[in-house]
Parts: sequence; structure tokens; C-alpha cells
Amino acid sequence: MKKNKVLKISTAGSVDDGKSTLIGRILYDTKSLKRDALEAIKKNSEQKGYDYLDLALATDGLVAEREQGITIDVAHIYFSTPNRSYIIADTPGHKEYTRNMITGASSSDIAVILIDARKGVVEQTKRHFFINNLLRINELIVAVNKMDLVDYKETRFNAIVEDFKKLAQAGSYKEQLITFIPISALHGDNVVASSENLSWYSGKTLMQHLENIQFEDIHQNTQARFQVQTVIRPKTENFHDFRGYAGKLKGGELSVGDKVVVLPSKMKSTIKTIEFYDKKYTKASIGSSITITLEDDINVSRGDLIVKENQLPHEAKEIKAIICWMDSTPLISSTIYQFQYGVKSVKSKIKSIDSKIDTDRMGKEQETNELQLNNLGWATIQLAKPLHFDNYDENKDSGAFILIDTKTNNTAGVGFIQHKESLN
Amino acid sequence: MNDIVINNPLEDEAIYIFREVAAQFEKPAILFSGGKDSITLVHLAKKAFYPAKIPFPLVHIDTGHNFPETIAFRDNLVKEFGLELHVHYVQDNIDAGHVKEEQGKYASRNQLQTQTLLQAIEEHGFDACIGGARRDEEKARAKERIFSVRDDFGQWDEKNQRPEVFDMLNGRIAYGQNVRVFPISNWTELDVWTYIQNEEIEIPSIYFAHKRNVFERDGLIWTANDDVVYREKDEIVTEKTVRFRTVGDMSCTAAVESLAFSIEEVVKEIRQSDLSERGARIDDMRSEAAMETRKQEGYF
Repeated sequence: MKKNKVLKISTAGSVDDGKSTLIGRILYDTKSLKRDALEAIKKNSEQKGYDYLDLALATDGLVAEREQGITIDVAHIYFSTPNRSYIIADTPGHKEYTRNMITGASSSDIAVILIDARKGVVEQTKRHFFINNLLRINELIVAVNKMDLVDYKETRFNAIVEDFKKLAQAGSYKEQLITFIPISALHGDNVVASSENLSWYSGKTLMQHLENIQFEDIHQNTQARFQVQTVIRPKTENFHDFRGYAGKLKGGELSVGDKVVVLPSKMKSTIKTIEFYDKKYTKASIGSSITITLEDDINVSRGDLIVKENQLPHEAKEIKAIICWMDSTPLISSTIYQFQYGVKSVKSKIKSIDSKIDTDRMGKEQETNELQLNNLGWATIQLAKPLHFDNYDENKDSGAFILIDTKTNNTAGVGFIQHKESLN
Repeated sequence: MNDIVINNPLEDEAIYIFREVAAQFEKPAILFSGGKDSITLVHLAKKAFYPAKIPFPLVHIDTGHNFPETIAFRDNLVKEFGLELHVHYVQDNIDAGHVKEEQGKYASRNQLQTQTLLQAIEEHGFDACIGGARRDEEKARAKERIFSVRDDFGQWDEKNQRPEVFDMLNGRIAYGQNVRVFPISNWTELDVWTYIQNEEIEIPSIYFAHKRNVFERDGLIWTANDDVVYREKDEIVTEKTVRFRTVGDMSCTAAVESLAFSIEEVVKEIRQSDLSERGARIDDMRSEAAMETRKQEGYF
């Protein structure tokens, strides 16, 4: 099968920065909006008395969103060019912002931050940058929108670029690539096609830039992490002794013959086969949902981590992490939460809330004893059993966890492990 | 032996989701309509658990207004894969007086399926129902989660959904709740068709161009079947070469004129089409919020 790569993008912008309009514009200009969808937008725009196409209507999916003209929940938008497929996570710009933005960004390769050219870098922009920097999104595109409302002036754009660069100096993840593009989503300037109005700008348009992003440039170099989802035992005549471990490879590569360790048991073995459906392979790389078998008959169950012998993760029974709180019941110390790390689930206790991180002031920390909905902060978590883990900065796919409220079963928070002690 | 496993991120994601369902739930089922999306689901499930059998039964909510080709296809598939199939009939519910059949020109049993589905879930005690809905189909669906929690009444609380971060799926539920699972959430219509082509998956013949007696209404092509689809006297039946792009109930699925007789021609046609797939779903034309309203009531 042909490699079918998908570029995942999250968007960030304040209310009225024109985020939905931008997405609508991308869909319109890449001819991704079908005739019937377009007719519905035309009809709705006319009903509302607009003399232009309200492209935001292409994405606002819920009745309440259309009524209020706002986006409430993360929406996923799909489109493709002859070059590749795209998924945009459109995150709301108002309340519950941090929660939704982190949800959208967690599954994204790159992020687009929108700035209103009239307003420039505002409080919210700082938060957008800070969160994308914290989540180590490898590439940021800063789209300076509504250039039409500042007469397409180069000086205005340059001033905003300078302000943003100053802001970016305070980010802790220094390797993040940042690209600035002046656009007008409403008029389509520099979104897909380049614009006469912005003739002073010699760079790529937003779409040209997206089309040129190379996956190799935005993906980390990681070690092989294979967490077992389920053990496959067909117990049929043809596969009587078959015992396969099914899972998705997070990070690196695995090959037949690799010496591996199963955690937490620390039992050693060698990879006998790597299988995908009814075929055997010599090697698998990051992202593959495979089934592996081992040379030795050892006890392996769901949640166990299979790693290469010379690439051990950290081990600890107490970890430190940055938590983003997503629940209306605040996070306080001494409470019990179900801790889900990938597919592994263990009981945990919040030992302490160590500080609150001010996302509007570039992560300035202050003391606190609770984290409320949409707060970010440091916490120390005690686990019922030792955990084998990576820090988030080592592997984005295996450095995060969620906390589940044991009473409501809701996903109450997400954590990014930043534990400096290691037993390696 | 082959060298390196070639990634298809959409397929990898769907297989990962299927494996999570098997591990996190006690009694999951695949909601099977006989359409291309649910057929794709069955193939993905086969891959996810091979060489073991698919560990879920299929559930079909039969409106009684199905295309006969779909039912024949369903029964073959069940036999070939050695699956368990539960069929629940909307007609039973109508006969028992639990739901009232719609009348008139636009009558459809599409909405009536919800009641039957909820009863099936309760009767079997399913805690997870796997469906083939995709986010690109419809804008209310664009807001749907992969694990979507429903209450005792099957209702979708769209403003209070669990956040889904990274690929971690939280399937913990209280007694009486159940989860709808959508493994191909992130696939587009074209992704499904390309997959069917590449994997050489068999699909019902009505997806390919064939001659059919039809009539036109509101610019759409309706199947002429006077037992099932209401037709005005002045709506003249003619024979046309058509195919179906999406397959649901006969009374809510419109055909499109097409000369795509093979899967290659179908994929080409989808690529070039300027109409969206739901454009052929008469049920979605009822209002801007038709899908959202149905989902709140417990629809697929």
C-alpha cells in the first residue's frame, strides 16, 4: 500500500481573530467544499443578511455554535491536496480554552497561531505560544490575519513579528521553528494564492508552506516503546500455540532478533516475529499497529512495556509532572485518581500540588494548593506500582498520561511527565 | 519475509481502537448496516485480532426497507467470517405500538431505528457499540469523540464530552451507560473508497452502476419501490443507470447517475465529484441540525 501521510494541524486564536473564517477559506480555495455544502453556506449567509460568504459556517457544527456565532468544542476538519491529506483540529477561542487547546494540540504535528493585525500580540497570544511551546509542537506558523484592515502595511506586520519574537525568547523549548505569514482570511490574501495586496511579502503563502513541511523535520528521534494492548491467543488448530502481543509502536523501530526486556517483570527475550495481519516482516517503525511474538514463553499481559535491552526507560513510584486540569472539580492533594499511561491503568494519589503555572505570564510559577479547570501546574503523583516511563521531552507519544476521576469516570486532567531522577 | 511494515496511519489508528475496545469492555458489538463503512470496520477488526477471530458479534437494525442486495451481502459476510449476527426489526416495534410510522411523501423509517437500537443494547447488555460514522460526513459528527459516552437513554451530551488527548482512550463507564466507538472517525469518504480498492474488499453490487427504476423529486433520484417509498401520481418512473454512494434505508437514500461499473471507476468518480456524500441522504436535508437532533436522541 502507498504511504498515506496525514499532516495534523491545530489552530489557536482569540475570539474574532477569524479562525473559523480561515479554515473555511482554506476549504474554499482548495476546492474542498462540495457544491451542496457551499450552497448551504450561501443560503445561511443570505439569511443572516451578510453580503459575503460566511465561511465560518463551514465548521461550526452545533446549533448553539451557529446561533451564537462561536465555536464551543474541538472540531476536526478534513481536506486534501494532490500532495497529501490534512486534518485540522479547530479549537474554540473563548471559555475552557486551555483544555480544548491542549486536546487539539496533543494530536497535532504543527500549530497555526492567529493574530489580529489591528490588535497585534495580546494576552491570549502569549498563552497560545506558551502552551504550544510547552507541548513541544515542533513548528509554529504565526498567521497575521486581517491585513486588509491595516491597509496591508508591511510596517505593521514587521512590528508584530518583532513583538512575537521577543515573546518567543522566553519559551523553554528553543528548537521550535516559527514562520510568520501576513494574510487576510476574509479576502483570501496569501492563504492559498499569493496576493498583489501583499506584494512586499516574498515568502510562501500559508498553503504553500504547509505543502512543503517535511515529516522528517517535525518528528522526534525516539527509542522503541511497545505497550501491549491485548494478548492474541487464537487457540485454533492451525495456531494452537500462537501467543502474539498486539500493540502500537510508539517511537523508534523494532526488528526481528532484537533483544528485549518486558517491563515491569524485567524478563528478557528476543523478538521472534513481527506480524501485521497475515504477513510477517523483519522490521516495524513508529506508529505501526503490529503483533509480535517472543522466542521465550514468558508472562506478558496488557499494559506491559516491551523495550530494547539497551534502551531502558525510567522507573519510579513517584513522579513529577505538569498537569493541565480539565475538570470542574479542582485538583487537590491527597485525592485518588486512576492514572492512565497509554493503555496501562494504575491507582494514584496526588501527593502535592507544587505550583501553578501562569500561562499569560510565560509560565511564571506561583504557590497554590489546588488546580482549577483550565489551570496548569506542577504536581507530584504517587503511584500504586512502579511506572516505567519517558519524560515528555524525550518522547511525546510516551511521556503523557491522563487522570480519571474515580467517581465520575471523567477524564479530569492530562499530565506531561518531567521527572529528572532516573534509575538508568 | 517482507521487509518493513508499511504504515497507513488511518489503518493503524483504527486497529489500535479496536484492540482497546476488546480490552476495555465486556460486551462490545459492531453495528452493521451492510454499507461500505461497516464492511470496512469488519475488515479492520479482522486485521486487528488475526489469527484469532473477531471477538464481537454484529448487530443489524433492520428497518424492513433495506436494499435486498445488502441483506444478501450481509448474510454471506457473516458466513465467510464465522460471525455471530443479531438482527433487530423496526417492524416489531411498529407492530407493538412503541413507535409510530411516519406518513406521506417524505416518510422514512430512519429515525425509528434509534428506538430499536436502544432496545437491542439493553436486551444484550452491550457496553460498547462500534459504528462506522466518520467526522467528515456531517458537521455535528465532526464534534464526535472516538469513545462517545451515552447515558441510559442513549443520549449524546454534545456540550459535555470527555476530552481525548493523545491516543489515550478512557472507556470507564457507570452501570447503565454505554459507549459508542468510532474507529474510522478520521477517515474521509475517499479514504474509505481507496482502502476498499487497495484491500480488494467486496462490497454490495448497488455501489456500482446498474439499471434501476427510479423517479425524480427535489433534484434527487429516488428508488421506485411502491411498497416502501411513497410516490405521487405525477412522479414518473423511468429506468436509469445509477449507483448508490451511501447506503441506508431505501426511503432515505438517493441514487446518483453514474457509469462507474468498477471500483477504479468509483474511486475516480468520488475524486471528481463536487457533491458531498451526505448530499444523497434525504434524512439530512430535513434541517440544518437534523443529525445533531438525531444523535441527541441516541442515533448511531
